[in-house]
Amino acid sequence: MGLGFLGTIKDLFTGKLEKEDFISFLRKVVVPLASILLFIGLWHMGSQSLYNIEAEFKIEKALEDQGPAAAEALRECIASGESGCQPNTLPSPSQVWASYQSLLRDHNIISADKAAFIEKTAVLNEKRIAEGKEPITYTGRPSFVDQIFRSLKTVFAGFLLALLIAVPLGIFIGLSPTLKSAFNWFIQIFKPVSPVVWYLLVFMIVKTVLIDSNEDSSFTISFISVGLCSMWATLVNTAMGVSSVDKDYINVAKVLKLGSFQKIFKVVLPSSLPLIFTGLKITLSVAWMVLIAIELLAQSPGLGLFVWEEFQNGANDSNAKIIVAMFVIGIIGFLLDRLMLTIQNWVSFDKTDAI
Amino acid sequence: MSTNVLEHKTSNLIKDAGSFPSSEVMLDLKNLKKVYPTPKGDYVVLEDLNLQIKKEEFVTIIGHSGCGKTTMLSMIAGLNPISGGYISVLGKHIKGPGPDRGVIFQAPSLMPWMTSLQNVLLGVNQVFPHATKAQRHDIAKYYLQKVGLEDAFNKKASDLSQGMQQRVGIARAFAIKPKVLLLDEPFGMLDSLTRGELQDTLIEIWNKEKITAVMITHDVDEAIFLADRVVMMTSGPKAKIGDVLDIDFERPRTRKAVLEHDDYYKYRKHLIDFLEH
Repeated sequence: MGLGFLGTIKDLFTGKLEKEDFISFLRKVVVPLASILLFIGLWHMGSQSLYNIEAEFKIEKALEDQGPAAAEALRECIASGESGCQPNTLPSPSQVWASYQSLLRDHNIISADKAAFIEKTAVLNEKRIAEGKEPITYTGRPSFVDQIFRSLKTVFAGFLLALLIAVPLGIFIGLSPTLKSAFNWFIQIFKPVSPVVWYLLVFMIVKTVLIDSNEDSSFTISFISVGLCSMWATLVNTAMGVSSVDKDYINVAKVLKLGSFQKIFKVVLPSSLPLIFTGLKITLSVAWMVLIAIELLAQSPGLGLFVWEEFQNGANDSNAKIIVAMFVIGIIGFLLDRLMLTIQNWVSFDKTDAI
Repeated sequence: MSTNVLEHKTSNLIKDAGSFPSSEVMLDLKNLKKVYPTPKGDYVVLEDLNLQIKKEEFVTIIGHSGCGKTTMLSMIAGLNPISGGYISVLGKHIKGPGPDRGVIFQAPSLMPWMTSLQNVLLGVNQVFPHATKAQRHDIAKYYLQKVGLEDAFNKKASDLSQGMQQRVGIARAFAIKPKVLLLDEPFGMLDSLTRGELQDTLIEIWNKEKITAVMITHDVDEAIFLADRVVMMTSGPKAKIGDVLDIDFERPRTRKAVLEHDDYYKYRKHLIDFLEH
């Protein structure tokens, strides 16, 4: 599952590790840990030197514009670590870690606030519901963790849409050469279109379709865009899987005179499942990747919007928060990929097939 | 010499090959022709191929690789279109594949995601749609037992060895009770020990069911051991029936009795002479 090193660590502590496992332990645990440390070290040094360049530039500028006194004051201010005069550049690992913890604290404060609000309005809301009015809901700003869950919701909605469109369509295209030539130009032209353009296209359509609705359509727009961007891998893989079923299986189906329904569900689909899942795996990772850009454009709450708002915000720890979001996005993407791989291994008949 | 006797006998057979009484004929190939169009013109694989196979007869077909044996068999199965002439089963011309002709393929061709029972049921359900579920299960289990897989009903096909997979293939073909059984080098991919075991299993179950069988093989011993008649095909292109050899051993046969029989080496020599000539 790619998390095999956890098992090795367990073996290490339970004393089950044999001598000949030592090299594999080195390779699986020590080498990745060392490379992580190396990465953090390089990052630290890099951010340090960027910091110095930025600081020198600021002081130089102060000297030129405002004279030596101002420059000296600025030098002292930077050295004292006061947030107002810090150079704005790539944050160091420790700053990112601090931001991560501050985001968590922020989340705890917001959840406590939310819980208190729900408790306070519980009685009132019951009354309002009894009277047929809308209950009062919490409208405070979402925490970082809330944003993560909003993003996951959007990505799963988009993924589901992609699955519902691409798998059936892929099956039809794979089964019929006529449909294949009817759809081929369509696939070839739309597959490389950028997420931004998909967003704009969906925006044009959804805006008009939901013209009477007062609800915020940003979620609808972003999940449809994510689905349309990411469905192509599944579509192409499904069509390929269905059209390239082992000829032996098709011959068996022919000799047994299976009906088309039976042929599709008992022979064609099971045998193309590995390829369909490969497609779905790509679709999910593409969905997660384009999500950030689309949330940003659609102003739909989530990690993408978080990143954009932090960038616009320009506060002292904004850059560090962006890096935190980057790691969170990366780690969740990795976990989603593992999840799909697990499901793929679970449904696939050929255990050696999964990559 | 004794080969003279044999030659005399086989030449008689060739004369007789097309003239069985029609009531005895199960499978009839008449002036069969197969042409593959190529950019350089037509490539004639088979031409003027005539062969009649009687009810309850086991015929093996032997010939060099690429002579069109498999093409002929897949034409009988209905998987390959006929370019000329016709093929009939009990006097009825065939049109495409159907469960009256069971096929055991060279590769076991089981659905690897199904259990052995499900693989056999796939055909049984199709052929006996009006039987109850329990009856269909009984049929499938009966044939799986016959091929020695009573312990592997619920094993995934992908977990079975090649030999066991081919046993399921045999059970699947017999369980649909075809009129004609077509075997395309079914044991070609197996090691010689497993091959011997599977030949025994096949002939045992065949002795009981007596389904008209046409089997392609490369193995001269296998051809003699299993068959009532061995049909030798000439090398392509334009392959046709070169010679037919009657195997007069009694049934049921045992491998030991066949190997010890005086005629065995005469038959063997005849076949090898044909193939090497």
